[in-house]
Amino acid sequence: MDNNLKKRWISLYVENQVGVLSKISGLFSGKSYNLDSLTVGTTEDPTISRMTIATVSDDETFEQIKKQLNRLVEVIKVIDFTDIFVRMKEILYIKVRKCTQEDKVELFQIAETFKARVIDYGKDSLLLEFVQTAAKNDAVIKLMKEEFKNIEVVRGGSVGIESISMMER
Amino acid sequence: MRQISGNKLLVKALKEEGVDTLFGYPGACTIDISDELYKQDDIRVILPRHEQALVHEADAYARTTGKVGVCLVTSGPGATNLVTGLATANYDSVPLVCFTGQVARHLIGNDAFQEVDIVGITRSITKYGVTVRNREDLGRIIKEAFYIARTGKPGPVLIDLPKDVMAELGSAEYPSEVNIRGYKPNTNVHIGQLKKAIKMLNKAERPLFLAGGGVNIARANDIFTKIVEKTNIPVITTVMGRGAIPTNHPLYIGNLGMHGAYAANMAVSECDLLFSIGTRFNDRITGKLHAFAPKAQIVHIDIDTAAISRNIHVDIPIVADAREAVLKMQEYVEPCHTEKWLGQVNAWQAEHPLMMKKHAEMGPKDIIDEINRQFDEAIVVTDVGQHQMFAAQYVEITEKKQIIMSGGLGTMGYGFPGAVGAKLGNPDTPVIAISGDGGMQMNIQEFATAVLEELPVILCVFNNTYLGMVRQWQKLFYGKRYGMTNLRSGALFRRTEGKEMPEYTPDFVKLAESYGAKGIRVTKKDEIAGAFEEAKKNTKVPTLIEFIIDPEEMVYPMIQPDGTLEEMIMDC
Repeated sequence: MDNNLKKRWISLYVENQVGVLSKISGLFSGKSYNLDSLTVGTTEDPTISRMTIATVSDDETFEQIKKQLNRLVEVIKVIDFTDIFVRMKEILYIKVRKCTQEDKVELFQIAETFKARVIDYGKDSLLLEFVQTAAKNDAVIKLMKEEFKNIEVVRGGSVGIESISMMER
Repeated sequence: MRQISGNKLLVKALKEEGVDTLFGYPGACTIDISDELYKQDDIRVILPRHEQALVHEADAYARTTGKVGVCLVTSGPGATNLVTGLATANYDSVPLVCFTGQVARHLIGNDAFQEVDIVGITRSITKYGVTVRNREDLGRIIKEAFYIARTGKPGPVLIDLPKDVMAELGSAEYPSEVNIRGYKPNTNVHIGQLKKAIKMLNKAERPLFLAGGGVNIARANDIFTKIVEKTNIPVITTVMGRGAIPTNHPLYIGNLGMHGAYAANMAVSECDLLFSIGTRFNDRITGKLHAFAPKAQIVHIDIDTAAISRNIHVDIPIVADAREAVLKMQEYVEPCHTEKWLGQVNAWQAEHPLMMKKHAEMGPKDIIDEINRQFDEAIVVTDVGQHQMFAAQYVEITEKKQIIMSGGLGTMGYGFPGAVGAKLGNPDTPVIAISGDGGMQMNIQEFATAVLEELPVILCVFNNTYLGMVRQWQKLFYGKRYGMTNLRSGALFRRTEGKEMPEYTPDFVKLAESYGAKGIRVTKKDEIAGAFEEAKKNTKVPTLIEFIIDPEEMVYPMIQPDGTLEEMIMDC
């Protein structure tokens, strides 16, 4: 069944109502679909929320996921991000503790290389903020784990929107 | 503007929706609604003896009338007792609107007395569920609930009613229009796809219609039968699709699947075009997927996009209501040259006709044959188990006869309350329940409802003192180790080695009589006809007929779970 098992993205317009998030996440768990990441927030219309969902699935399962989401009364629209140009970013915070002076220098270099910002600073700690694609964040986390022993990671999950021009990511 | 309470608006809404019967069980959180219902006469209120039976009754009422079934239960345990019935209705696409009481808004989340998150509990087994949080939303939510329940693929909707919201005064208006932006059920048929499918049908050498429950739900039977006759293409059905065309029709082969007819399963295996309508290709009908309809191109018409190409690959998908689809098909279909193919199908039927070998003096088929003989018009409601499969194989369905059962979820305990609900909706039609001794005891308390509502349902209990279907698997696949299936087992049996048992546990005849119903026990074949004659004379009370059945009776043919046709077990 794992033909074409890969990460795929969906954007959902849903009713901004109590229980909708639970309904969506419950659909994934109840039907054993993988739910890699899910973000949600209200839109310009306060009665509508928009979700960006990542799932690791094969072609057939992905088709089912879209159909099952479409069936839900609270789901207004399902957009498959697979074959369209989208802008998509994820916020990532990494706090590094017990830094030496050299560590700090290296962290500033990393920040510059990855276009991250150092947003907080302590005697022996630094807080970095990355806003980039989830894949790049994966790479950063891998690197930081190798370089530093004492790190704390919080990531927000991706939010995405269709591009205006023909540009991806 | 006139202001009324939520309780009053609810009753007003029910009347405007044309609800004539409500199945309710009271409690603290719904007492005000009971009070409003008490003050009116338009809606008949039925008081079953358990909420599970209540929801099954509403379900059967809906299945046999085409109306939306309406339930009203209280918060907490009243609501949780709905769960099995909601799942049953959801699986078989039955339109229900269930109102549950809820504690007042300020108590929600406080572990208040009889508080439960019923919307959360039932989220995955309802088509839609919502708690009314503001009085001004009540009318709209009820309107939407009825619309959602009956349109598209029908299903149960749950509305949770906090007590204080219902007490609040607000607008007396009940909306006349519905507009739900996330819910636009598809009604039109894609003509291009349909024409393509019909072209394939005309080209096929061995075409086969497969009708599922969707044909019955959409009440497409009459037109579907016309199409079948015009095209001269044979028909197989799922258990839920039985009756899509009359079962005595010469073009009807039988059910397919685990306990399907040999000829029906052979036809699926050999057909070159499988034209299916309103089925989800459940594992009980497909068996091993790679061996299902291996030579066929598949057309699939279904109202539910998610049912298409989920279990099997479909060549031509058509999203449509079954009735709309067959109405359109009628314009395009042509007679097909199926003589040779029909000859082959008939040969299979002759080779292994659906039959039961004689095991005891009186077998299940003798009883069903008698039902077929004595009733030209009937609604047959089954429970779940061996008797259900016997009924699905042998009960004759015509334009005037219907069979209903819990097909998808397989809910034991459905049969008796199902018969009560069917009779309430169809007072002039004979209603016959076929149940086992196991399932009958799961909702036996409904004798009270049936007696007090003067419902002359006929309850056939196939009593073999075993949970027969599980026993059948144990007999065939588990070395005859009858663990947990002997309904006479226990300390008494162990201590006395079965020698000091009461004659019956329970004595169904006495049990029926204790409620004021009639009870008849039948042990011999020549008593069957008389028992039904007797039951028909009881026009104001239910009659239970207990048939003593040999536990060795088996449902054949049988394809093993996840098996293939080659492994089909015929009678042995």
